[in-house]
Amino acid sequence: MAGYAAAAVALFAAPMFLSDFRLNLLAKFLAFAIVALGLDLIWGYTGILSLGHGIFFGIGAYAMAMYLKLEASGGRLPDFMGWSGLKELPLFWQPFSSFGFAVAMGIVMPALLALFLGFFTFRNRIRGVYFTILTQALVIITTTLLVGQQAFTGGTNGVTGFSKILGASLASPDTKRMLYFVTVLVLIAVFVACRYIVGSRFGKVLRAIRDGENRVRFIGYNPAMYQMVIFTLSAAFAGIAGMLFVLHVGIISPSMMGIVPSIEMVLWVAIGGRGTLIGAAMGAVLLNWAKSEFSTSYPEGWTYFLGAMFVIVVVFLPNGLTGLLGKIKLGKKRRVTKNEPTIEYPAM
Amino acid sequence: MSQPLSILQCNDVTVEFDGFKAIQGMSLTLAKGELRFLIGPNGAGKTTMLDVICGKVRPSTGQVTFNGDIDITRKKEHQIAELGIGRKFQAPSIFPSMTVLENLEIALRQRRGVFATLFARLQAEEQKRMKRQLEMIGLADQEDSRAGGLSHGEKQWLEIGMMLLQEPDILLLDEPVAGMTDKETDKTGELLQEIARERSIVVVEHDMEFVRSFASKVTVMHEGKLLKEGTMEDVQRDDRVAEVYLGKRRDADASRSTA
Ligand SMILES: Nc1ncnc2c1ncn2[C@@H]1O[C@H](COP(=O)(O)OP(=O)(O)OP(=O)(O)O)[C@@H](O)[C@H]1O
Ligand SMILES: [Mg+2]
Repeated sequence: MAGYAAAAVALFAAPMFLSDFRLNLLAKFLAFAIVALGLDLIWGYTGILSLGHGIFFGIGAYAMAMYLKLEASGGRLPDFMGWSGLKELPLFWQPFSSFGFAVAMGIVMPALLALFLGFFTFRNRIRGVYFTILTQALVIITTTLLVGQQAFTGGTNGVTGFSKILGASLASPDTKRMLYFVTVLVLIAVFVACRYIVGSRFGKVLRAIRDGENRVRFIGYNPAMYQMVIFTLSAAFAGIAGMLFVLHVGIISPSMMGIVPSIEMVLWVAIGGRGTLIGAAMGAVLLNWAKSEFSTSYPEGWTYFLGAMFVIVVVFLPNGLTGLLGKIKLGKKRRVTKNEPTIEYPAM
Repeated sequence: MSQPLSILQCNDVTVEFDGFKAIQGMSLTLAKGELRFLIGPNGAGKTTMLDVICGKVRPSTGQVTFNGDIDITRKKEHQIAELGIGRKFQAPSIFPSMTVLENLEIALRQRRGVFATLFARLQAEEQKRMKRQLEMIGLADQEDSRAGGLSHGEKQWLEIGMMLLQEPDILLLDEPVAGMTDKETDKTGELLQEIARERSIVVVEHDMEFVRSFASKVTVMHEGKLLKEGTMEDVQRDDRVAEVYLGKRRDADASRSTA
C-alpha cells in the first residue's frame, strides 16, 4: 500500500522536476500504461491473448481527434477533406463537434466492437490461437479501412493539426500540465478498478477460466459471459488511453494502431509481468522510456532490443520483470517451497 | 410419498463419434439417494455416459431427463451444472494457479452471473462451510497453498470437496480412487457412503475390491450397451459378465496403472 501511495505522490510531483518535453513523454507513457492494464485483465488474468488492442486504442484516439479537428477548423471543413474533394462535413462527423459526445464514443465504440467480436467468438468457443488470429484480422481490416477512406479519415496521414481543447490552447504549458494530471487521475482510477476486479470473486472466476475453461463450465459458470465482459472492459480502457494519447501527441494515424503497435502493447505486459497489475503498468512505462532513450541514440537498435527482451522473458522469465523481483525477494526471505502461491501468479 | 422415485432417467441413449457408436441404446435410471456403480471393460462407454449426463457430449438419439421433466440434452453444460448435476473428471481437474481456498470459494453454491460474482462478499456462513469442507477433505492446513502443488491424491480430494460445495443433487464421479493410496481409498469410500445419504451418486470404477465393499447396485456396460444390472453378487454370477469383463481384466488392470 505504501508503495502505491509513493508512486501516486511521485506522479503528482513529477511536473515540478521534469521539463515540459519530458512531462509530455511521461504523460504519453502513462496513457500506454492504461492500455497495458486492460490487456493484463484479458491476457494475464483470463489467459486470452489479444493482438488487436491497437484498434481499440486507435478508435478512442480517432474519436478524440475528430473532436479536436473540428475544434481547430472552427466551423470550416477540415483541411484533408477539402483536399480529397469533399464539399461538406460528413454526417457521422457532425456530432463529434461536441466534446462530451466524442469522449463517450471514444469509450463506447471500442467497447461495442470488442463485444461484437467477443459475442461471435467466445460463445462459439473460438479461443487460443484462433481468437488471436481473429484479433489480428480485425487490425488489418480496420487499418485498411482507415487508409482507404481518406476523405473521411485522413488516410495514411491520419488526423492532426489540432489547436484547442474546450477553448484552451493545446500548445500552452498550462494545458499540457492539466492534461498530464488528468492522465494520472485516469490511470489511478483504472488501476483501482482493475484491483477491485482482480480481487473480487469475478476475478477468481477469470483466473479459473485461464486455468481450465471447461472445468469452469461444469461448476456452473458460463465462461463466454465472463470473457465477453472482460474483453469489452479491456477494450474500453484501451479507448480511454487512445483519447489521452492524442491529447499528448497531437496526431493519430493508422500506423500508430496497426499490427506492430498491437504487438508492442502485448510485449509491455509480457516483459513487465503479466498477471500482476503493477507489472503491466510499469512494463508499459519502462519499455517506452527505454524506447525513447534508445531510439534517439540507436534508431535501428530498438527493434532488436525489444525482440531480444521478449525472447529472454519468454524463455527465462514467464512472469516478466515483476516475477523476477518477486523471486529475488522470496529468495532472500526464505526458501521457496513448491507450494508457494505467490511465485507463478502473484495476486498483485 | 409423492416425490418421484427416480431423479435421473436415461432412455435409449446413442452417442456417435464420426460414425463410431460409443454408446448404443443405453438406458439408466437413478433413484433419489442412490449410490450406483458403473463398471465395464476399457472403452465400454462409461466415461461417455457420464459426459452425456453432464452435457459434455450430446447424444444423437435418446432422452435424458432430470427430476422428472427436465430434458437436459437441450441444455448447455453450465446450465446442467446449475440444475444440480456435478461432475468429477477422471484426471484431477482443479485450478492449479489458485489456492485451495480459492478453488473452494468459486465452487460454492452461489449465483454465478457476472454481476453476482463482481459484488459477492464472502459470507460468514460460506466461510464456515468451506472450513468444514477443508477438514473433511483433510486439506485444512494447506488452504493457502497453490492447488497445482498438491499431490495427486490431494488434488482428487480437493475436487471432491469442490463438488460437494456445489451441493449438486447428482454427483458423477469418474474413477475417484484412481491413483489413491489404500488409506485414501478407504476414506473416499466412507465419504461416498456419507454423501449418498442426501444425494444420488454415479461412480465409474475399475477397482473391483472397492466396488465390492459397497452393498450397492452395479451397472455393467460393454461395447456401449447395458450388459447387466443388479447387486455385485448377481453381476459376478453372470456368465456374460464373466466372459467380457474377466476376460479383459488384464487389459483393464494394465490401463488402470497408466491412467
Ligand atoms: N471424443 C471421442 N471421439 C472419438 N471416439 C471417442 C471419443 N470419446 C470416446 N471415444 C471412444 O468411445 C469409446 C468409449 O469410450 P469411454 O471413454 O466412454 O470408455 P470408458 O468405458 O470410460 O473406458 P475406460 O475404462 O478406459 O475409461 C471408446 O472406444 C473410445 O475410444
Ligand atoms: Mg473412462
